[in-house]
Amino acid sequence: MNFHLRLWKQKSAADKGEFIKIHATEIPSECSFLEMLDIVNNRLTREGKEPVSFASDCREGICGTCHMVINGVPQGPGRGAACQVYMRKFENGQTITVEPFRVGAFPIVKDLVVNRSAYDRIIRSGGFISEHTGGAPDASTTLIPKPVADSAMDAAACIGCGACAAACPNSSPMLFVGAKVTHLGLLPQGQSERKSRARNMVRTMQEEGFGNCSNYYACEAVCPANVPASVIAMLNREYIRGEVSKTVGAID
Amino acid sequence: MILDAKIPEGPVDKKWTNFKNNAKLISPANKRKFKVIVVGTGLAGSSASATLAELGYQVETFCFHDSARRAHSIAAQGGINAAKNYQNDGDSIWRLFYDTIKGGDFRAREANVYRLAEVSGNIIDQCVSQGVPFAREYGGQLTNRSFGGAQVSRTFYAKGQTGQQLLLGAYSALSAQIGLGRVKMHENSEMLDLVLVDGHAKGIVVRDLITGEITTHAADTVLLCTGGYSNVYYLSTNARGSNVTATWRAYKRGAAFANPCYTQIHPTCIPVAGDYQSKLTLMSESLRNDGRVWVPKKKGDTRLPQEIPEEERDYYLERKYPSYGNLAPRDIASRSAKEVCDEGRGVGPGGLGVYLDFSAAIARLGEKTIRERYGNLFEMYHNITGESAYERPMRIYPAVHYTMGGLWVDYNLMSTIPGLHVLGEANFSDHGANRLGASALMQGLSDGYFVIPNTLGEYLSTQFGKKVSTDMPEFKKTEEEVRARVEKLLAVMGNVPVDEFHRQLGLIIWNECGMARSEAGLKKAIADVRALRERFWKEVAIPGTGTELNQSLERAGRVADFLEFGELMCIDALTREESCGGHFRVEHQTPEGEALRHDDKFAEVYAWMFQGESSQPELVREPLHYEAVHLATRSYK
Repeated sequence: MNFHLRLWKQKSAADKGEFIKIHATEIPSECSFLEMLDIVNNRLTREGKEPVSFASDCREGICGTCHMVINGVPQGPGRGAACQVYMRKFENGQTITVEPFRVGAFPIVKDLVVNRSAYDRIIRSGGFISEHTGGAPDASTTLIPKPVADSAMDAAACIGCGACAAACPNSSPMLFVGAKVTHLGLLPQGQSERKSRARNMVRTMQEEGFGNCSNYYACEAVCPANVPASVIAMLNREYIRGEVSKTVGAID
Repeated sequence: MILDAKIPEGPVDKKWTNFKNNAKLISPANKRKFKVIVVGTGLAGSSASATLAELGYQVETFCFHDSARRAHSIAAQGGINAAKNYQNDGDSIWRLFYDTIKGGDFRAREANVYRLAEVSGNIIDQCVSQGVPFAREYGGQLTNRSFGGAQVSRTFYAKGQTGQQLLLGAYSALSAQIGLGRVKMHENSEMLDLVLVDGHAKGIVVRDLITGEITTHAADTVLLCTGGYSNVYYLSTNARGSNVTATWRAYKRGAAFANPCYTQIHPTCIPVAGDYQSKLTLMSESLRNDGRVWVPKKKGDTRLPQEIPEEERDYYLERKYPSYGNLAPRDIASRSAKEVCDEGRGVGPGGLGVYLDFSAAIARLGEKTIRERYGNLFEMYHNITGESAYERPMRIYPAVHYTMGGLWVDYNLMSTIPGLHVLGEANFSDHGANRLGASALMQGLSDGYFVIPNTLGEYLSTQFGKKVSTDMPEFKKTEEEVRARVEKLLAVMGNVPVDEFHRQLGLIIWNECGMARSEAGLKKAIADVRALRERFWKEVAIPGTGTELNQSLERAGRVADFLEFGELMCIDALTREESCGGHFRVEHQTPEGEALRHDDKFAEVYAWMFQGESSQPELVREPLHYEAVHLATRSYK
């Protein structure tokens, strides 16, 4: 197959970026999108040109390393991360535009690579159960009904790739934050820090410069891990509960 | 050099207790004074970092990923073993221990494996209290499934994403400690060398992958949790970035590398489709709970699977191993798949594939149940191959998945370099010549949560008052060596992309040091690897500079190390003149084609010591003493 690629090149956050045009010829239809970029990059290298930087690691959709916008869609067409996009999904001769996530809180590092460390900082402010190794009771003492465990698992499936914020007109990461708050808030083990968790994570999210949700649902549409937008509703409830109890001076 | 494994006194089931009762403790006031460097943030690295920080040590953690959560443990699918016996099906610590020793073809250290089985239950407790959403029954109890090499159901799981959930659990514990300021986290930081002071591991040299800056870091001890070396084969189920550099650099500084030829070829992966391919995708072993493996009885049968009647199918695992059937261990299942494909009975493009058929399970349980159990795996398969496994059998073929070999460690997880500890897949200790399914997650977390916090004191208690700093000449010298190496790579200025060399190396190793190995093949492979290495240093193309994000440069450094490591692997495979577990020498097999061990000569760990660039490595042996189990021919019939 042959494609017309428009690839974003940008030396660093401080430099101005631009699209470069590349004619990608003789691409096997069975190969993945990232393998197509590998082929293009190896050809550029042979010609003595600098390849286009993009991040990837597991290439099976679970690590969340890869991140790019393909034809306007964060993580590309279909469910799954960019590494799960296959070339047979495109038309022969199609023009494909590839650019980095455009989110203020994710500064561009180089070409298609952005810095998503803001997500780590959100987790550090509350996305955990404070539990120190060694003190856990036998696992069978905590009964968790299957529907609760399943819903917690659906939220916990988030791969932390940043596509939710990249798809949102407000650059809101609330699908990501809501996924963690829902996962831990549904489980009996997560109850003791439930209120402070929601407060702290939302505060950090705002300090990092992300926006809030205005029910656009683009995040749910692009989420590679199928995290449902209902986690945002849960986040809002948890946050209000946390703020109200703090305002009235209740003990968490 | 004599390898002292420092195995505690007493019968095997009392050794860990005896050890803990007599272990050297570091008081809380003194823990604050010791600094620990942890390299890698997979299950072993994250759990060790979090736990040591909770104990009060100063911890600095490094990973080459952009976030600690992206380490490759995240991709483990199937589950984690624990001898909880929640199913009341006769499981016990002893059985998990015995299954693991037997699964490893009697080439693992008894004491380490028993300890692993002993703490397996604590891991599940720990993970549940962190909020890991393991699969549950309607009544709320934890549920289990079976994995290869076991006749009980002891595997805990979270859909097909168990590794993800366990890693996110450890990552959340690590994040909490970073938030509290007890762990200093360095992302995008690749360890390129180990710094020794008076023969002790006291620091590392890292390159910042974003800026290219090279810096040194000092500590009282260094923990390598950097995973395995499957990517020496280029095509493997490992992530693209997984590499041998940290352990290889440690080897070149004096750490013995044990059993490098013990590699695991996983039987159920999506077959190779073309030479553009960048990695192979695993289909979890859990699928063998409900899928039946078969090939046509006739050679070169090109009919569609559904057109082949039942009596013309060969369910070869059920036929050859009736008591374990489709859940035969990985090495055996992989070799059997190779055998039937070598006979010309393979299916799919190139005849390199076998069927994994769910039609019987779908008829018995309904599509809904199968979808619940394996939905994400079926979706992944469909996405990659364009075929639906609900309608036709999956095509699978073995692929490199895990490496049992690694840096040699004693019972305390310390390598032959004092102060250098090695955890998880990066060490060699627990899986012998073949790892059983759902045991890698167990070992990574056991090492990090429960072993190292107890054993670290043995070394640190000897290090009071021996502070080092990065101003010392040892640090400057190692840093200069790293800098020179980076510059040497950039100075080659050839025109062949790094991937090309990596792919060629992978082919050599896969053909000669893969599922079947021979003396002639291994000798040829050693010569070929040497020639390729020479070409690499003349022709590799690395565009760009060393002072920016340069992915060609990162990969070139890792491939350069693989090009050296591949040779050691072949030397080890050549020296071990027997077949055991994943190491199958064609000269050593039973008349039925099963692996033939030679316990009189090879019930030993082979550890290799670096002797300089132009010298052969020195072989040091650790005899394996079996006190609790007796060596038996492994049978799954």
